[in-house]
Amino acid sequence: MSLLEVKKLTKNFGGLAAVSMVSMELNSNELVGLIGPNGAGKTTLFNLLTGVYQPTEGRIDLEIKGKKQSLIGKKTYNITDMGLGRTFQNIRLFKNLTVLDNVLIGMHAKNKVGTLAGIVRTPHFYQSEEKMKKEAIALLTIFNLEDKVAERAKNLPYGEQRRLEIVRALATKPKILFLDEPAAGMNPQETADLTALIRQIQRDFEITILLIEHDMSLVMNVCERIYVLEYGRMIAHGTPAEIKNNQAVIKAYLGGE
Amino acid sequence: MKQLNKTNLGWLIFILVAFLATQLLVSFGIIDAFYEITLMTILINIILAVGLNLIIGFSGQFSLGHAGFMAIGAYCTAIMTIKTPTLVGLFAGILLGALIAGVVALLVGIPTLRLKGDYLAIATLGVAEIIRIAILNMGSLTNGAAGLSDIPYLTTWQLAFIFVMITLIIVVNYIKSSAGRATIAIREDEIAAESMGINTTKYKTIAFVIGAATAAVAGGLHASYFSVIRPADFTFMKSIDILIIVVFGGLGSVTGSVIAAIVLGIINVFLQPFGQLRMILYSLALIAIMIFKPSGLFGTKEFMISTVMKKQKTKTPTKKEETK
Repeated sequence: MSLLEVKKLTKNFGGLAAVSMVSMELNSNELVGLIGPNGAGKTTLFNLLTGVYQPTEGRIDLEIKGKKQSLIGKKTYNITDMGLGRTFQNIRLFKNLTVLDNVLIGMHAKNKVGTLAGIVRTPHFYQSEEKMKKEAIALLTIFNLEDKVAERAKNLPYGEQRRLEIVRALATKPKILFLDEPAAGMNPQETADLTALIRQIQRDFEITILLIEHDMSLVMNVCERIYVLEYGRMIAHGTPAEIKNNQAVIKAYLGGE
Repeated sequence: MKQLNKTNLGWLIFILVAFLATQLLVSFGIIDAFYEITLMTILINIILAVGLNLIIGFSGQFSLGHAGFMAIGAYCTAIMTIKTPTLVGLFAGILLGALIAGVVALLVGIPTLRLKGDYLAIATLGVAEIIRIAILNMGSLTNGAAGLSDIPYLTTWQLAFIFVMITLIIVVNYIKSSAGRATIAIREDEIAAESMGINTTKYKTIAFVIGAATAAVAGGLHASYFSVIRPADFTFMKSIDILIIVVFGGLGSVTGSVIAAIVLGIINVFLQPFGQLRMILYSLALIAIMIFKPSGLFGTKEFMISTVMKKQKTKTPTKKEETK
């Protein structure tokens, strides 16, 4: 059984079907791409999977410990807790907080110290704070951000903000990571670095990554499988080589008969 | 014992010094009976402002209902101490007031904290008005519009000082914990916070409940010190007064709220001789500060003992070098 199973997912906004009858499967430890022209419904699909929107129809099932669990009707924070992390197309860091705090906030949901323990400062609270900080710094070190822990997130250069968003998502300990256009606004060198980074994350953290991207060099390079959306419909699915030669995809991107 | 680390010890010394300094000023008669009213007002305002700052400045929820929760605490303490005019009665009244205010905040918070910005402000404003009107119509228990008078005078500034410290410790410890960071994340970006696995409604409600409970404590001290309370003391204007202190000090800075309450209290004293002109000058002072420092006196900065100690450490070696 696959890790995440999406069946006939549909989302209507009034009369417009932003996503219609979309089915897809994600296996564990896999790097999958999701491409499509602007307005194809990629981000809407992300928002459906992460509980920001509720679907009009269809099913989303996540495998947890060998059991299928439906994500329909769950709140975003529950879904994150179940193991779906994400980044945003337009960076949504906690801008005025430090880099370290951004990561610590990502770790909060998995931290089992209660609110009251924090107020009365039990020894357990001090231990967990220290442990969290160590873990956060270790995570930041992997992404070469360890020198910036005390920096406010908004003061980081663009590329590092993108990286920090990925670190923050990883701090929630996801099984599946959704990356929404991570290379947007990056120059070719930065994109190349990001490509290496995504590969490294998937290998070292052993997670599944679903990648929305416009940069074809990135998608064709790293993804094992690719799904193609157009006007809310899944028009193709296959390996990068198959997608490159798929008539429907070429038509969707370049037009023609 | 991690609780007795250098930072906490530093704070303890700082608090004791502040307390002794105030005590000396009172003992030498610099703070006389008249100025003691100002001192009490400042202490009560610190509690109110810090509590409201937790709601507005840290969780980012714009509440205009603080006076309502203050009224709950004031009436609870007043009724309790009139029946049992002892310190036990006072503590029971303040505690009960904080509890009732907390429960009301919980019941009100769960539905209204889904609202955003202006809508939440209007909703909390409505809640405060409902509380006030309810008090107005509770018959002999609250004595209607005339209010309660002859409330036993049981509070001293020392007691208020202790309550200020308790409030500060609770609020600061909350902010500087994992739950507090989650709360601040909501202020920064609610959608991102939610996708980090944070139950946003929960933490907004916790901040709202803590804020409401501290407001009730301040209300209790107010009732017990000033001996007279009327529903008209707890109108919308009272909430605005507290909001001014919070904005003046800086949204998201506890230090700012404390300093702002002190500064505004002192400004008020200096403006006493101006009579009718007082409110105009006070408003002008506020306008001036908002123009020159729109993020408030402190912005989101905090005074921290740990940073002071770090600076001391870096200073000491240079002094040694000089003596060499």
